[in-house]
Amino acid sequence: MFFNTPEDTLHAVHRLTTDTVRAVAGHGGDHGGEAGGNMFTELLHHVGDSHVLQLPFLGQVQLPMLPPVHIAGLTIDFSITKHVVFLWVAALLLCVLAIWAAKKNRKQRIPTGFGNLVEVFVQFIRDEIVLPNMGPKGVKYMPYLLTTFFYILLMNLLGLIPYGASATGNVSVTAGLAIIAFVMIQASAIRAQGLGHYLAHLTGGVHWALWPIMIPIEILGMFTKPFALCIRLFANMTGGHTVIVSLIGLIFIFQSYVIAIGPLGFALGINFLELFVAFLQAYIFTMLTSLFMGLGMQVGGHDEHAH
Amino acid sequence: MLEINPGLILWTIITFIIVLAILRAKAWKPLLQALTEREEKIRTALQHAEDSQAKAQHLLDENKRQLAKAEEESQRIIRQGRELGDRLKAEIVDKANMSARTMIDQAKDEIRREKEDALTQLRTEVADLAIGVAGKILDQNLDTARQRQLADSAIKELQKS
Repeated sequence: MFFNTPEDTLHAVHRLTTDTVRAVAGHGGDHGGEAGGNMFTELLHHVGDSHVLQLPFLGQVQLPMLPPVHIAGLTIDFSITKHVVFLWVAALLLCVLAIWAAKKNRKQRIPTGFGNLVEVFVQFIRDEIVLPNMGPKGVKYMPYLLTTFFYILLMNLLGLIPYGASATGNVSVTAGLAIIAFVMIQASAIRAQGLGHYLAHLTGGVHWALWPIMIPIEILGMFTKPFALCIRLFANMTGGHTVIVSLIGLIFIFQSYVIAIGPLGFALGINFLELFVAFLQAYIFTMLTSLFMGLGMQVGGHDEHAH
Repeated sequence: MLEINPGLILWTIITFIIVLAILRAKAWKPLLQALTEREEKIRTALQHAEDSQAKAQHLLDENKRQLAKAEEESQRIIRQGRELGDRLKAEIVDKANMSARTMIDQAKDEIRREKEDALTQLRTEVADLAIGVAGKILDQNLDTARQRQLADSAIKELQKS
């Protein structure tokens, strides 16, 4: 996009950042009076979930609100929110790209271009994450770990493009991913050790008199790991976005073109940092899941396991 | 921002499981299979190349060894031939020298014997001649014994001179 006049530029930046603000707060086009203390809280709505989807050149789309479903005393709202849409965008994109890469690589003897790029990641996950943490037995869990890595990566990256949003910046999404990780960690442990060994493992191998203390601790430990995964990913993705939004918000607080240079430069830098963080967090989530699965899969590994 | 939305959690789980099911069959298995197949292929190709190289090296060594052996053999044959030639030459020369010497010796002996024979013959003939001449000169004055004595002294005189 090229803007000829300062007014155009301001208008574009304004639209990019405050569409949501306007939608939520119901303010008009006159931004002169809204700069102030509640600016940040309004801008932060941009990072959060909403029932409005911003589209380039098309304006806003009101997403369907479904009536809440009541299951077993829980009220569950299955409405398609902005983050659900980006969840699906990432899913669709991932399916298309991964299947394309797989087809490309099967046809060629030597992978090139995009197929090669995907294979670099696949090989890295296999050789640097799965094999050191889980051993050769871990290869059968490769599809799960690969999906985790690429899905999180794509969701992270979607937050960096204009009009995009990071579904991983929502704690519910990361909680969903962590629940799957929890199930996979326990399932792989039961599968590798058998149910008896798995239950015996909960006692931590101590004297039976200590079991009332040990069993709750072990069960707590089972939940803290995925909980940490959930919060880590959520906080990292939200943090970067919040910093960028705050930097852009400075422009509107100071109402000055000269001041804009600083925040925009910083915002650009944070954007590059976020690009790195997008890859890093996808790697960390995958690596830790693999590590926890590997720890659980060690048969009779009371001595060497780390708590 | 921190409120949990169970609907979103369920959407996440459902979407993830569907994506996992699709990609497991359509993407990850083919990708991993292609990867392992290629790795296997590269491993066998490398192994093959290494084997071929080892074989080639072995052949080269064998060739070198045989060449060296042949060289040595030819050198040995040449040396032997030269030695044989030298020895034969020396033998022939020795033999020729020896036979020449014996021939010379024989010839010298012959010459000496001939000379002695000739001298003896000459001596007797001179003695006879002298006796004849002296007998004719003195005629009856001397007996035979006296004559011989005279002749011998005359010969001695001749030999001395």
